[in-house]
Amino acid sequence: MATAHRAAASRKEGGLPSHHLDDAFLMDYAAGNTSEAVSLLIATHLALCPECRARAEQLEAVGGAMLEALAPTTVDRGALSAVLARLDAPELDVSGDVRPAAQTAPANDHDRVPSIPMPLRGYLNAEPDDLAWQPVIRGLEEYEVDVGGAKTKLLRIKPGASMPQHTHEGRELTLVLEGSYDDEIGHFGRGDVAILDDDHDHRPIAGPGPDCICLTVIDAPLRLTGRFGRFLNPFVKF
Amino acid sequence: MESSGPTAASRQRSVHLDDLLVAVAGGDRSAFVELFEHFAPRVKSYLLRLGCDISAAEEIGQEVMVTVWRRAETFDRRQASASTWMFTIARNKRIDAVRRERRPEFDPTDPAFMPEPEIGGDMAVQAKQETATVVEAIAQLPEEQGYLLRMAYYDDKPHSVIAAETGLPLGTVKSRLRLALTKLRKIMKEDE
Repeated sequence: MATAHRAAASRKEGGLPSHHLDDAFLMDYAAGNTSEAVSLLIATHLALCPECRARAEQLEAVGGAMLEALAPTTVDRGALSAVLARLDAPELDVSGDVRPAAQTAPANDHDRVPSIPMPLRGYLNAEPDDLAWQPVIRGLEEYEVDVGGAKTKLLRIKPGASMPQHTHEGRELTLVLEGSYDDEIGHFGRGDVAILDDDHDHRPIAGPGPDCICLTVIDAPLRLTGRFGRFLNPFVKF
Repeated sequence: MESSGPTAASRQRSVHLDDLLVAVAGGDRSAFVELFEHFAPRVKSYLLRLGCDISAAEEIGQEVMVTVWRRAETFDRRQASASTWMFTIARNKRIDAVRRERRPEFDPTDPAFMPEPEIGGDMAVQAKQETATVVEAIAQLPEEQGYLLRMAYYDDKPHSVIAAETGLPLGTVKSRLRLALTKLRKIMKEDE
């Protein structure tokens, strides 16, 4: 079975994650309360972590029950016929689709599992080796991922390189995609998530083996809260 | 068991909604009309609760129902209930329309996707939660926990904002929600 074969291949590359997302993050994600950047990191972790995926599915089931429990509000008189009239219309707008379409072709070599899973792969235009990495300090390069203005970066750390000790402005989430690193908290390999705030200062050291590639996201507040209409946010891009 | 659990009627309704969505996937318009009558008013309430004004709630609600027609074939009743599936569509449409953001989701067909370790049995069947059971379980939560759950799901409030607005320490918000989830999960497990 192809799936089983692929699963075996990915397991060989590092097994299942051992550092997980807590329920607070999974609930915020399931309820739709995380920014696109944080959602991107969470969804990419979920692609690699069956355990968190099962918990996230339960939290969506809670969402289903919360929807079911709402008292109905009468819809406009013409709503049903307006919707029925649109059912056969050609599909013009596919934005807001349940899943964003991949922008890069899936690997056609069946023996090779792409190191970057969806949905993150869909946000990059190239495989990791072909990205326009910017050198930061010796042993560390970064690549900025375009996620609606939020500070979202891929980091690439040479094996054995250590990062200068640092703290974080606000809360930062890190997801390991390739290779590994060790810090005061523990060992982090493929699929592992670290959540760091200004209380932690840490000094990660990349493990031996392939370059350590991580996604880092700042957990910034959502841009919109409160009562609003549809096109009122002056900060949106289009 | 001190909890009475969902009534046979509400369980039956959950199954019926799943049936309707499967029929919609097959192009059944009368099933779609029935599904619309059940869900469109709830989706509208959901959008209003989340801060949409009345015309945005109506407009986005109609988008949701059109999307249901177009995407019904992706519904897998072994994975999720119709209500859960509807919730994800409404949630994603709102994020798209109001926040103007994409909603990243994992892709189970991606070669890099890690499937469940095979421990025998059908995982998909195990994953499904019956909405009637979860509704009943939520109704039985202590008010302080139900209140926080409503803030999270109906008010667009991440944990950090709930903490700021209620004046509760973040740790307290997290632990109350964790308590609520522990109870819900116990009931969900019993239901499998």
